[in-house]
Amino acid sequence: MKSEHKNAIVADKIATVILYCIAGFFLLLLAGFTAYIIVKGIMAYQPGIFSFERTGIGVELFNTVYLVLISLIISVPIGVGAGIYMAEYAKAGKVTNYLRICIETLSSLPSIVIGLFGYLVFIYMTGSKYNLFAGALAVSILSLPLLTTVTEDAIRAVPSIYKEGSLAVGATHWQTIVQICLPVAMPRIITGIILAAGRGFGEAAALLYTAGMSSNVNPNIWNPFDPMSLLCPFRPGDTLALHIWALKTESMTPNADQIADFSAAVLLVLIFAFSLGSRILGARLDRKMSGK
Amino acid sequence: MIYLIEKFKKEYLGRSIVTVLGIVIILVTLSITGFLFYKGLGTFVTYNHSVWEFLFSSEWKPADNFDGGGKVGAAIFIVGSLLISFLALLIATPFSIASAVFMTEISPKLGKKLLQPAIGIFVGIPSVVYGWVGLTVLVPAIAHVFNLPYGFSVLAGGIVLALMIFPTITSVSVDAIENVDNGYKEASYALGTTRWQYIYKVMLPSATSGILTGVILGLARAFGEALAVAMVIGKMLTFPDNILSATNNMTAEIASDMGNSAQGGEFNDALWSMALLLLIISFIFILIMRIIAKKGEEVK
Repeated sequence: MKSEHKNAIVADKIATVILYCIAGFFLLLLAGFTAYIIVKGIMAYQPGIFSFERTGIGVELFNTVYLVLISLIISVPIGVGAGIYMAEYAKAGKVTNYLRICIETLSSLPSIVIGLFGYLVFIYMTGSKYNLFAGALAVSILSLPLLTTVTEDAIRAVPSIYKEGSLAVGATHWQTIVQICLPVAMPRIITGIILAAGRGFGEAAALLYTAGMSSNVNPNIWNPFDPMSLLCPFRPGDTLALHIWALKTESMTPNADQIADFSAAVLLVLIFAFSLGSRILGARLDRKMSGK
Repeated sequence: MIYLIEKFKKEYLGRSIVTVLGIVIILVTLSITGFLFYKGLGTFVTYNHSVWEFLFSSEWKPADNFDGGGKVGAAIFIVGSLLISFLALLIATPFSIASAVFMTEISPKLGKKLLQPAIGIFVGIPSVVYGWVGLTVLVPAIAHVFNLPYGFSVLAGGIVLALMIFPTITSVSVDAIENVDNGYKEASYALGTTRWQYIYKVMLPSATSGILTGVILGLARAFGEALAVAMVIGKMLTFPDNILSATNNMTAEIASDMGNSAQGGEFNDALWSMALLLLIISFIFILIMRIIAKKGEEVK
């Protein structure tokens, strides 16, 4: 009996040590991983790498931000609206259940499949060439489920006394949602939007056959209707993530590896800055909205 | 009348708009599934191949034209996808559960301060970056360690995917463990168990259904990942002899050949059929998760 107890204590100690080791291992792995990418990126730096020429990644960096911005303009209203519907108006029933299955299906679809759908519908069926707008639509589809669920959860988390108070003074349900629920839920919704943006920055598979794998622009043209202009959304444009893929698979550029290294570092820094920003913004908004 | 207009402005307008937006999501999903079925069934309807040939034959020579007559056996890709995903699961699951246990039971303080943000960062790293590091570090390392001419292999794909699904499984497992009734812990400590005895005899069994959901979610993510795998798998049209040989999988094949095939041709339709198969597999995953969730509720 006594030795059994002793064994149990020893086993407990061993397990604790092993678990500490595993946790430490992952922290080290992540630190090593990020440090590797950043250091490699810094080492690959060369003057003019941010330029808008063929050897620079200026165009790709612009495309990445531009594409995600367009996709957010499309997906945020739809996602937030649908989230409000799910949280406030949807009655438990067949349609709601069906909508929930749809959201679940959308969120589990591989992004390459969304890319194929985007190619078929936005490119092939409209008879257009690869363009940023089609890419933005594909990324929108990818971020819809996230935006909807985040909004729904955020609105459901609003304390019901807020709503009851608003309804009691005679506001309609919709007025209550817009003037009470949405502002209170805003910090969480914004965090969700930033999360979606971060995913958009890194997305590649859905853009292969929608936004295209190359850019051909003249940075001196500012007319957004000119297909050579940087600002035109209806031109082919590769994002940073796609650029890394293209450099690896079909590049003719002699220093493709360095450019890919640098692109990976820039992409990572972009995403880190965004997630850090979302945390700070979320905390600040939370304080402001909760009146502390 | 004025009352009605006012009411319309204050309530019905907004209400209709958000209802329509909800319907938009249903329509998008329906059209994606609709198009996938329509295009994906072309292989079997237009080009008269059997489902049996597609799933179990390894002869992949689809004709890139509208006459057909090629071979569309996708077994190599299917086996490739299965092997890599399950290998990734095999590597990631023990580590994920261990990390989840660490974050909840061993040191919640370190877990919240260090591991939670670290996992957030792991999730944020784009898949091409995982693929790129896999290609420049892992592939040469495997070639070096195992003395191979090239390191492109099932193992490389499995490790890259394991890294990518680790945060998914871990965070879902953390939720599952945190949902375990605190009374269980108090009761087992009162009976004199050690922490480890509580963890593996009480806590893990009662969190099993939640952890399983995380595992399935991870598996689904592994199955659908395209570019990271495509970078390290080697894209060889053969069954792998062992985990050190190169092969190909469904997503990598779709990604690399969709652009080189004529829309509506036999080759193109065969790729769509693979996309359809991916859709069906993700339906199956959703179904399994629903069953697990239901079982978990029944137990409670």
